[in-house]
Amino acid sequence: MSQQPSPDTNHQRYWRANLKLMGLLLAIWFIVSFGFGILLAKPLNRIEFFGFKFGFWWAQQGSIYVFVALIFIYAAAMRRIDRKHGVSDDDQSEPS
Amino acid sequence: MDVQALTYLFVIGSFALYIGIAVWSRAASTGEFYVAEGGVHPVANGMATAADWMSAASFISMAGIIAFMGYDGAVYLMGWTGGYVLLALLLAPYLRKFGEFTVPDFIGARYYSNAARVVAVVCLIVVSFTYVAGQMRGVGIVFSHFLNVDIIWGVVIGMAVVFFYAVLGGMKGITYTQVAQYCVLIFAYLVPAIFISLLITDIPIPQIGLGAAVNDGSGLMVLEKLDRTLVDLGFGAYTDGSKAMIDVFAITLALMIGTAGLPHVIVRFFTVPKVSDARRSAGYALLFIALLYTTAPAVGAFARLNFIDTVQDAPYAEVDEWFKRWEDIGLVGWQDKNADGAIQYAPGVPFDGPPVFTGERGEQGQRTLANLPSASANEVYVDRDIMVLANPEIAALPGWVIALVAAGGLAAALSTAAGLLLVISTSVSHDLMKKTLARGISDRQELRYARIAAATAIVIAGYLGINPPAFVAQVVAFAFGLAAASLFPAILLGIFSQRATKEGAIAGMLVGLMFTFAYIAYFKFVEPGRNNADHWWFGISPEGIGALGAALNFATALIVSRLTPAVPAPVKALIASIRVPAGVERPHDHP
Repeated sequence: MSQQPSPDTNHQRYWRANLKLMGLLLAIWFIVSFGFGILLAKPLNRIEFFGFKFGFWWAQQGSIYVFVALIFIYAAAMRRIDRKHGVSDDDQSEPS
Repeated sequence: MDVQALTYLFVIGSFALYIGIAVWSRAASTGEFYVAEGGVHPVANGMATAADWMSAASFISMAGIIAFMGYDGAVYLMGWTGGYVLLALLLAPYLRKFGEFTVPDFIGARYYSNAARVVAVVCLIVVSFTYVAGQMRGVGIVFSHFLNVDIIWGVVIGMAVVFFYAVLGGMKGITYTQVAQYCVLIFAYLVPAIFISLLITDIPIPQIGLGAAVNDGSGLMVLEKLDRTLVDLGFGAYTDGSKAMIDVFAITLALMIGTAGLPHVIVRFFTVPKVSDARRSAGYALLFIALLYTTAPAVGAFARLNFIDTVQDAPYAEVDEWFKRWEDIGLVGWQDKNADGAIQYAPGVPFDGPPVFTGERGEQGQRTLANLPSASANEVYVDRDIMVLANPEIAALPGWVIALVAAGGLAAALSTAAGLLLVISTSVSHDLMKKTLARGISDRQELRYARIAAATAIVIAGYLGINPPAFVAQVVAFAFGLAAASLFPAILLGIFSQRATKEGAIAGMLVGLMFTFAYIAYFKFVEPGRNNADHWWFGISPEGIGALGAALNFATALIVSRLTPAVPAPVKALIASIRVPAGVERPHDHP
């Protein structure tokens, strides 16, 4: 994880963009499951959400939906970042 | 046709399908045997991963566990799905780019050390065998309950089928049979769930039905009614947990990182053509898994409501047939403590230990129990597994739905067993033989070793399934705890740290492994009497200790890495290359 400040190569910029995206998505991963589903479940349970207590819903339903979305968002966003930095595997559908 | 005939038809039909697929996709090279030549479509791989992942425990046991744990069941729901986010973001794409056959391959190359490779093989074999014994047991249970086959013959038939397609087809055969098995198991899970949701709430989607009103005219929501019913009977509310928050936190974390560190799951992402496919495929895998995992809490809640409705204060003589049928098999037991002839369900265990039947019948016709009654008012023993298996009967669904559940349970158990057997055989033939003990063997010889290892592993797994060690249920904590504390940190540091050295990784894996092993063994086997929150470290139960083990692994690896010679230049180049998707190749042996 240690990056030299300079010289800033393309690969280093690519890697930093990747880490930034990853950090953001993992923060959401943590907030919905450990945050809403566990640490804040009790206070959130006072809120009603479509017939569920809200904390309970996050713990047994909501967090799983968010997990699925996070992976697809990562896959799509990384494709863009791959292409922008010219390191994508687009033309490597059938190697050798 | 009666239920029995339908069940035979469904089970034999699905087995014929799996074997047909295996013959069609026979593996000819080690590349095909280990990773299907890296040519599997991401969606197909997603389905195969989902089938691989969802075991007999997910299919048969999980909804029942949630039914009895209520809110606390969330540790399994979040723990066994959240791990895929870690897998997709932190591991799968990089390991695919690395482009060899096994997880120990990566550890061995990244940490430039055969010792590290062997440590990884040991972790992998311990984790996988723990798991596979449970699958074979699941096969046996389904056979004996639905087909009236002796449990031993059930396991033998299951072994024969897995043997046929895992040994013949390798990863290629397994992948395509798993796709079929996913379809069978998800259909078998959703159909009864939809029926039961309709029955209780008039809403066909269980995920929504769980939050809807009960259609009994009371105007109560499902969870509201469940909370009230349970509190009236003296239980805690369904939507409140009974575990301490720190323990819920630790168990969820341990299951998440354990999931991401399980070799038979990781290796599935070696089978797709490209790095970008590995990311996408993890999304599909979790989508297919989520279909079952978001249904399970609904099934659990409905089943608990149904169960209480049927059983509570019902005179034994008039109780529904299913109660007696499952009592005959020994998964339900009733002790008429207050001698009123009716069944009372209350908190606490009904009696000491698992039911011991005397072989005689009591006044009401119930099977008499030899167990000493406990002080609680509870008269009913229920094995949690019957919540899914008996649900169609409890809800009085048509015979073909019951038959379908049998086929689904078998699909879940067989697909997971096959995936596990494959990683065991691969690590023996490839990592132990080819890379360590018998260097320079040909591709054909290696393939033969792989097949022999797979066959041996199946026989051992079958033996464990027929003669399960008394602690089978307990060792599940081992599998996840050990995967979390040993493999996950080593792989993660291997990708994200340029400084992690071989000494650091080996020390980290050993510390994580031994600490977790010792903690679980102490509380489960040495001093089971002390296995409670008063004696746990920081209030963390053995199920959650893998999270602490992983933290110790990370800390040890980082400290030792600082004190030891830096990573050699070729390995730094390897790290740089796995971080970019471009230049991905078909999986092969690096010279």
